[in-house]
Amino acid sequence: MSGTEFGLALSVLLACSVEAVEALTIVLAVGTTRSWRSSFYGVGAAIAVLAVLIAALGPALTSMPLNALRVVVGGLLLVFGLQWLRKAVLRAAGLKALHDETATFAAETAAARSADERSVAGIDAYAFLMSFKGVLLEGLEVAVIVLTFGANQHRIGLAAAAAGVAIALVVLAGVAVRAPLARVPENAMKFAVGVMLSSFGTFWGAEGAGASWPGGDAALLVIVPGLALASLGMVAWLRSARATAAAQRRASARAAAGELA
Amino acid sequence: MSWVRSTLEGVWEFVVGDDWVTAVGVVAALGVTALIAGAGATAWWVMPIAVISLLALSLRRAAR
Repeated sequence: MSGTEFGLALSVLLACSVEAVEALTIVLAVGTTRSWRSSFYGVGAAIAVLAVLIAALGPALTSMPLNALRVVVGGLLLVFGLQWLRKAVLRAAGLKALHDETATFAAETAAARSADERSVAGIDAYAFLMSFKGVLLEGLEVAVIVLTFGANQHRIGLAAAAAGVAIALVVLAGVAVRAPLARVPENAMKFAVGVMLSSFGTFWGAEGAGASWPGGDAALLVIVPGLALASLGMVAWLRSARATAAAQRRASARAAAGELA
Repeated sequence: MSWVRSTLEGVWEFVVGDDWVTAVGVVAALGVTALIAGAGATAWWVMPIAVISLLALSLRRAAR
């Protein structure tokens, strides 16, 4: 396995694990409070829709000319990657709340208990729809990542296998603990995925637009750590700006209190 | 036609998210790279500078 293929597999594995943890929380909440059978039908239907999407779009992407494919894939990975990275940096700097799977599980459980009982052909409509929606929405982004990474390297099979391993690991962990996976370092994983997606997007986007990287594929060995360091620097910058703003607010409050006295 | 609108809104939200400026910046950076490379000059440096600048600007907007 080449370095680029390893990067592909690792990126898909991490991205899929994060999304699978979030989907598992919804399925667990609905399954335990409503109906496991209906939840599993919802999960199955969502996986079928995602599989059709991958089967339909995969060949269309791989049949594109290489440079056009790289510009499209690079652009998409950058738009997605920068979104992941931006949220992860804001969370690491304390400017956005961390994703709390325990709180999400409690909210989903309460909503499932209070929802109407409505069955269609013996299937609990609420449990089916919530599981379907949860898995489909969390899975869509992974499907795009699997397709773009896989198509660009002509290794959709490898990308799909990495996604399968991630789902299997998360499901096994979920069955083992029978609770939402609250201890998964979700933000660190999102940070890593954001760096990988943005780095590969930068590399492939520039190549597709006609640029040549010094050192060829080896340029990724500089781009990935370079972007990771720049992003960590931005976390430190935001933390420092936040601390300075808080100190200024405290000083203003003290000055106002002094004037009143 | 409401389902067409909601589908388009869903696709926009899914692909672009809550920061359309960054998405436009990515497209512009790819265009500049293509122009420079098309003129026969070295163009690989455009994307790393653009990506780090776009991320920093996006974070500054979000932190305000």
